[in-house]
Amino acid sequence: MGALLILALGLWGAGRFASEYQVRLLNNMAVFITLAVSYNLINGVCGQLHLGPNAFIAVGAYTAALLTLSPEGKQAIFLIDPLIWPLSKLTLPFPVALLAGGLTAAFAGLVTGFPVFRFRGDYLAIVTLGFGEVVRVLANTLQGVTNGPLGLKGLQPYTTLTWSWGVAVFTVAVVMSLAKSGYGCALKAIREDETAARAMGVDTFRHLMLAYVLSAFFMGVGGGLLAHLITTISPSLFTFFLTFNLLIIIVVGGLGSTTGAVVSAIVFTLAGEWLRVIEEPHQILGLTFPGIPGLRMVIFSALLLFTILFFRRGLLDRSEFSWEAVGNLCRRWHNSKKNQQNSL
Amino acid sequence: MDFVTLVQQLINGLSLGSLYALIAIGYTMVYGILRLINFAHGDLIMVSAYVAVMGIGLWSWPWPWAFALALGLTGLLGVLLERGAYRPLRRAPRISLLISAIAASFLLENLALVVAGGRPKPFPTPTWFTGVICEGGLFIPRLSLVIPTLTLLLLLMLFILVYRTQVGRAMRAIAYNLETTSLMGIDVNRVIAVTFLLGSLLAGAGGLLWAMKYPQVNPFMGILPGLKAFIAAVLGGIGNLLGAVLGGLLLGLLEILLVAFFPAAAGYRDALAFVLLILILLARPTGLLGERLGEEKL
Repeated sequence: MGALLILALGLWGAGRFASEYQVRLLNNMAVFITLAVSYNLINGVCGQLHLGPNAFIAVGAYTAALLTLSPEGKQAIFLIDPLIWPLSKLTLPFPVALLAGGLTAAFAGLVTGFPVFRFRGDYLAIVTLGFGEVVRVLANTLQGVTNGPLGLKGLQPYTTLTWSWGVAVFTVAVVMSLAKSGYGCALKAIREDETAARAMGVDTFRHLMLAYVLSAFFMGVGGGLLAHLITTISPSLFTFFLTFNLLIIIVVGGLGSTTGAVVSAIVFTLAGEWLRVIEEPHQILGLTFPGIPGLRMVIFSALLLFTILFFRRGLLDRSEFSWEAVGNLCRRWHNSKKNQQNSL
Repeated sequence: MDFVTLVQQLINGLSLGSLYALIAIGYTMVYGILRLINFAHGDLIMVSAYVAVMGIGLWSWPWPWAFALALGLTGLLGVLLERGAYRPLRRAPRISLLISAIAASFLLENLALVVAGGRPKPFPTPTWFTGVICEGGLFIPRLSLVIPTLTLLLLLMLFILVYRTQVGRAMRAIAYNLETTSLMGIDVNRVIAVTFLLGSLLAGAGGLLWAMKYPQVNPFMGILPGLKAFIAAVLGGIGNLLGAVLGGLLLGLLEILLVAFFPAAAGYRDALAFVLLILILLARPTGLLGERLGEEKL
């Protein structure tokens, strides 16, 4: 509760005093928190390597974008093939469009979940990767719905701090309470030992499906937010690259830790901006060093490799943030100080 | 669709299919032994092509030297990859190993992006490989004959190595059971390194041929052929060498025939492989030539 209040106050302050660039950064952060936390539900909590979040983000982004665009705007961008009928006349308010994006993504999750959860391990990874690829191909070829490689332009920048952080907080709350509930325990049991979980009477398919559809829903909503944040979407935005970024976030944060995913998403967004410095030319001691474009991704992928090789548990392992833990930490610190004084 | 066109398309499919087969072998060998999808395998294609471009274009070496260097470096890189990214995690959960493979793959791609730049480079195809044979309405690039022949030759060598030599026997033993093999006094690490070397050499050869077939080299060129070759390996039954060849040929032919017979569906060509993968896995999870899954493989 306290954290929420601080966050609300901080956002209110940011909304009033921060520059446009900072607001944008904050929005980015929130969207990545939403995506990473919902992605972590499958990869961390259920322990299934799912490589297709880009598919659901794309579905959500396209749905939400098509629903908020005005009919005139649609006519202006669909040059090659006109948009198919009901969508071409329809314009909905942003919240409804977001919800619709989430629901469409959840539906996509439901449909793909049936084949996906007949597999485990590597095969599950490759099949979900395949779905990501298929959605990208569809976005490229279904001219009448997605406008093909040209993408959708001129979306209204509806994603404000309230919306992005509201959704992020809601996602975190839902995922955390789900992970703590009986359902969450069952999911963790599946992660640790699926055979044993099934022997205990856990319906693995139904549990995994629920988590998968829920995560798809939040990814869809996150996709809608992303679309209205950058206001232009095209199939090239939703490649495996996006999945890879999310994977870095949750692995570095600690697979299975929602707090880890949140912290890591924040750090990742900031680091992406700070590291821009190394890609620009610099003058050090009178010598000009040319910037090296692309070095950021080298650092990020090296970081992922390093984390998985040496800190397999990530930043936070599977632990979560709680005020009690903070209290304990303070007390321990206080005690150690007292002990020091005593020994003196 | 007359007969000549059909033969023409079959030849095109055969040359694409042999390329897939060549790359798929590397996947299937590594998967058979470590149960790991070596995501970075596709990027070895890219590395090999870049080294050849540098050799021919930058240092103006004769092409056999440049190709040899490309193969050598690719093989070495494959071994290094196993050493650095996979060996430390051999006892870790599978998901860690997969993530490590994905990270290694992205590291290679982005390093190539930094070193070579994002602009695609033309591949200087040696004149020995160019030229077209026109025969009775057929239009056969010389490369379309070279690729299947070379593939056949390389595979023959590989099969002899795997089924007729001591190292090959050790490989098959490891694929069967790693622990027991190590108890039999076989240096498992060395055999695994040899496996990676062989797979990477084949990927390097595949990369050179691929770059000559589609003469444009960019840092991300290896992803799609890599994924499709993996699917080909699954199609044929992963872990089975002959299956990888069969799967590769099948996938190549199907792709070409889809585009030839349904030009309107050409945009869906890249999705075909994945749809095929899902269907095959649902109908026959071990692929066309795969054996029945044992307990531990499930």
